[in-house]
Amino acid sequence: MNGLKTGSVVFEHVRKTFGTFTAIHDLSLTIEPGTLVTLLGPSGCGKTTTLRMLAGLEHPTDGRILIGGKDVTMLPANERDVSMVFQSYALFPHMTVIENVAYGLESSGLRKTEAREKAEAGLALVGLAGFGARLPAELSGGQQQRVAVARALVLEPQVLLLDEPLSNLDARLRRRVRTEIRELQQRLGFTAVYVTHDQEEALAVSDRIVVMVEGRIAQEGPPRALYESPASSFIADFMGEANVVPCEVVGVEGAEAVVRLGALEHRVPGRAARPGPAKLAIRPNAIRLAPADDGGLKGLVRHAAYLGDHVEYEVETEVGTLYVVDPDVERSLAATTPVAIGLHNRGVAIITA
Amino acid sequence: MEHRDRRVDMALGLGLAGFVLLPWYRIDEGFYAFRWPAQFPFGAEEAPALVQMAAQGRWWLAVVAALLLAAAAVRFAAPAVSRGRLLVALGAAGMAFLVLQGFAITFGGWSWDIGEALFGPLATGQPAMGAGAVLVGLTFLFLFSAGLAEQGVMKGDFFVIAAIALLVALVAVFVFYPVLSMFVGSVQDFDGSFEPSGFMRNIRDPAIWSLDCVIGGGRCGVAWRTLWLALMTATGSTVLGLAFALVATRTRFPFKKGLRLLTVLPIITPPFVIGLALILLFGRAGVVTTFLSDLFGVEPGRWLYGLTGIWIAQMLSFTPISFLVLIGVVEGVSPSMEEASQTLRADRWRTFWHVSLPLMKPGLANAFLIGFIESMADFGNPLVLGGSHGVLSTEIFFAVVGAQTDPSRAAVLAIVLLCFTLSAFLAQRLWLTGRNFATVTGKGDGGVHPALPRPLAIGVNALVIPWTAFTLVVYGMILVGGFVNTWGLDNSLTFAHFERAFSFAFRDGSIAWTGVAWDSFWTTMMIALVAAPLTAAVGLLTAYLIVRQRFVGRNVFEFALMMSFAIPGTVIGISYIMAFNLPPLEMTGTALILIACFVFRNMPVGVRGGVAAMTQIDASLDEASLTLRASSWRTIRHVVLPLLRPAIVAALVYSFVRAITSISAVVFLVSAKYNMATAYIVGLVENGEYGVAIAYSSMLIVVMLVVIAGFQLAVGERRLRRETRIAAPAAVRPLPAETIKEKIA
Ligand SMILES: Nc1ncnc2c1ncn2[C@@H]1O[C@H](COP(=O)(O)OP(=O)(O)OP(=O)(O)O)[C@@H](O)[C@H]1O
Ligand SMILES: [Mg+2]
Repeated sequence: MNGLKTGSVVFEHVRKTFGTFTAIHDLSLTIEPGTLVTLLGPSGCGKTTTLRMLAGLEHPTDGRILIGGKDVTMLPANERDVSMVFQSYALFPHMTVIENVAYGLESSGLRKTEAREKAEAGLALVGLAGFGARLPAELSGGQQQRVAVARALVLEPQVLLLDEPLSNLDARLRRRVRTEIRELQQRLGFTAVYVTHDQEEALAVSDRIVVMVEGRIAQEGPPRALYESPASSFIADFMGEANVVPCEVVGVEGAEAVVRLGALEHRVPGRAARPGPAKLAIRPNAIRLAPADDGGLKGLVRHAAYLGDHVEYEVETEVGTLYVVDPDVERSLAATTPVAIGLHNRGVAIITA
Repeated sequence: MEHRDRRVDMALGLGLAGFVLLPWYRIDEGFYAFRWPAQFPFGAEEAPALVQMAAQGRWWLAVVAALLLAAAAVRFAAPAVSRGRLLVALGAAGMAFLVLQGFAITFGGWSWDIGEALFGPLATGQPAMGAGAVLVGLTFLFLFSAGLAEQGVMKGDFFVIAAIALLVALVAVFVFYPVLSMFVGSVQDFDGSFEPSGFMRNIRDPAIWSLDCVIGGGRCGVAWRTLWLALMTATGSTVLGLAFALVATRTRFPFKKGLRLLTVLPIITPPFVIGLALILLFGRAGVVTTFLSDLFGVEPGRWLYGLTGIWIAQMLSFTPISFLVLIGVVEGVSPSMEEASQTLRADRWRTFWHVSLPLMKPGLANAFLIGFIESMADFGNPLVLGGSHGVLSTEIFFAVVGAQTDPSRAAVLAIVLLCFTLSAFLAQRLWLTGRNFATVTGKGDGGVHPALPRPLAIGVNALVIPWTAFTLVVYGMILVGGFVNTWGLDNSLTFAHFERAFSFAFRDGSIAWTGVAWDSFWTTMMIALVAAPLTAAVGLLTAYLIVRQRFVGRNVFEFALMMSFAIPGTVIGISYIMAFNLPPLEMTGTALILIACFVFRNMPVGVRGGVAAMTQIDASLDEASLTLRASSWRTIRHVVLPLLRPAIVAALVYSFVRAITSISAVVFLVSAKYNMATAYIVGLVENGEYGVAIAYSSMLIVVMLVVIAGFQLAVGERRLRRETRIAAPAAVRPLPAETIKEKIA
């Protein structure tokens, strides 16, 4: 198990069409060995298609795909050194757990006994030693998910592909299993490509995140960069909620820019902004509400909702309605209360695109 | 890259074997007799291509050798990029050349003048292709597929490409080529030259097209009579089927389970047996006839022999099929529609007439067309009951085996028949598209069907009860008939018929099969047992490709397969003897032609069943298997097939049973050496040996029941407790539903 080879993945100008519909437009992407990269994006943006092309279940219309430096564009699925965990797990219902896990090993030409041994080890790795004799239908959802991971991992692939591996689990289990997958990946050091449309999950497990929109890469980078410096209002809103409002850049001082939002002035990381109109992405928890006579941007509370550990407000201002998350549950502002709006330093970013 | 080299190497190895190690031409006494190795490799008949080419002056085979060598050169020398394209070209060229030379050069040398003009006369012709030629043909097909796989076609999956190519080739050879040969044969003379006069004479023959019966006096042509019979049978069986379906689902009829059993009967009953039983009842010496003539002193009539008799027999044969189709339709009408109608102040009669019945219309049309095509294709009943008033299918038969053989006439009649059934098939397809208001929705549909309006309930019961009784009497006749001495003359019971058919004795410590039926019985079993797994394999493989693979022309492929349903057995029979009687493929008189006929006639049912079952199995299971390093072949073996067990049983059973009971195509293809049970029974009937014929038939029915149970045990159950995602596809009980609905000839 410790001898995992780990390979890089390169997409070079890959395009994929289904009939007249273009699912992927000119995708180029490099994935470093040993990292976990997440493909994130709204439904139908082409994440699964990208993953399936990597697995060999679809062939690109144009372009090349390299795994571990080797061109695999024309190679059928069963000859590629990748394995995949399916959204539905796709455990063979007529085989026992151990037969499922040993299946890939036997396909690769291992002898039966040897395959069984390795499969046992793989089951132990995911904490399911002793479950081998059961049928998949006799396992819980989370256990089935781990069998699917074990089945893919025992092949010691250069790249492990996971297509929304947690979407069939409930919220609590999802959190636990995603930690397990991440730990396993870091312990064994394999390359993984992980598809999800849940941004929180993506932030939690990834080394890098690739956000896709309509068959194109919208932004790529480490989780923090995506969250803190979104390249577009779409990404700002997609990576956790954000208020995107128009603003005016009034000055640039070194790495910082001064922006004006109505009567409010604020310093933010410059991101190569130039003076003139721009957009500002403000996280809901980066907004500070103060009594109305405090100066700054004026607003009126439209709606308030108490949610236990925080209060949500909708506040109407001259730049638009802002969505605010306030951790101060003691002070509950009623609707129609006038407020003054200030900004924290974190959670505010200029969007130049 | 290893995979690529390995499969090309394997193909080349096959090619070498085919060219050097096997007889190139057909062995007259049969390849499987294995007497050829004695003369190999220098016998004139048994020599491999290499010797044929070098020593026997068949120089054109050098082209085959050159193509194989070129492929070998490409394998080792060509750069990877162009290799795929070269292999495709060589494979295609090889297949094309084999076909071309097969047609161009026959026994007597060139068959077309252009060959002689180009290359001069040949010293020697060639017989039909043999094992070597077939193997080399396969080699080219594999090279072609390997080349496509290397170019990344079908995701580079060699197995899938080769399977598609092979199926297309097989369907072309065993479905389209024969039908085409029949068309060509209709305008050819005995020696193969173009001679349209036979065609013109026959197509205008008043015996086919005359409308005398309408104008008054005389009889109508056979085409019109067949059409009339088909319309009557379709109408009758649809009405009766609907009555049965209504009784089974909308009334409190006490024996509903028993009614459903009726639906199993037609698949295990050889098609002419009903006709036989009718003769025993209503024939000149039949029980009922003699009883009535004794009672009233009337002269026994011959009314049974002719359209009336055929019509009654077909109604008995096809009503269960129509019942089966319509029971689903009647159950499919959503009760909430009917309840809605009732809350809108419609009484039960109005509800039935304006809501239920219109909703059933597509289903009724379907049942009607199935009845129509079944009746057109029926051969057994008209043969037994037709007397001198034949229908198209029997006329075709007599044009081939009758006093004056006239292949052109047979072909013309077959073309007319084919036109009728294909039009019906196409009409059905067209009519049904966009008209299926399936009312079975995903929503849990509560509610109960309203009871039938009273007069209607009485009406359907009045139809169903006597008809059921009649059916029981007929089947009773089949069971008892074998034990009665001579119907009408000597009604005492006897075992003589069974003895004559199935006696055996112990002599010198071994069993001697002394009964007259054993010969054909064992042949039938052997051929059915060989054909059944082949049919299932070909059918399910096709289903897999249709459901799981996207390829150019997939829809055309599927449509063509389904269309081959609508080709009546007699047409298949006549086209097979026209196609496979002469080089390049010569198979008449062998077991092979019977097996091929069964496989390609019954395959569509396997396809249907497989498609239905496979669409219920999540495609991600196959994909998971592929990403786990399994080849497509391994995936099919270890993942798809185990999950398809119920469909496999259905396909095996159906093809086995059909191979035993079918007659229409078989009568053309049997030979002295390979006689089939049904053909033998028909012979018995023609000799008037009704007792033995009936005894043999009931024996067949029993054997089929036993073998069906055996298949069921052999294939076994799927083991997937508590699994919901793959709801069991067609379990075994619905077998008749799936199969008969689709069965058309
Ligand atoms: N086999 C196919 N034929 C035609 N179009 C397809 C096919 N597969 C995918 N598409 C289209 O390609 C686009 C991308 O599909 P894909 O499955 O990659 O989306 P996704 O990002 O995985 O979405 P989701 O989050 O909903 O799973 C969609 O618009 C889809 O309709
Ligand atoms: Mg997806």
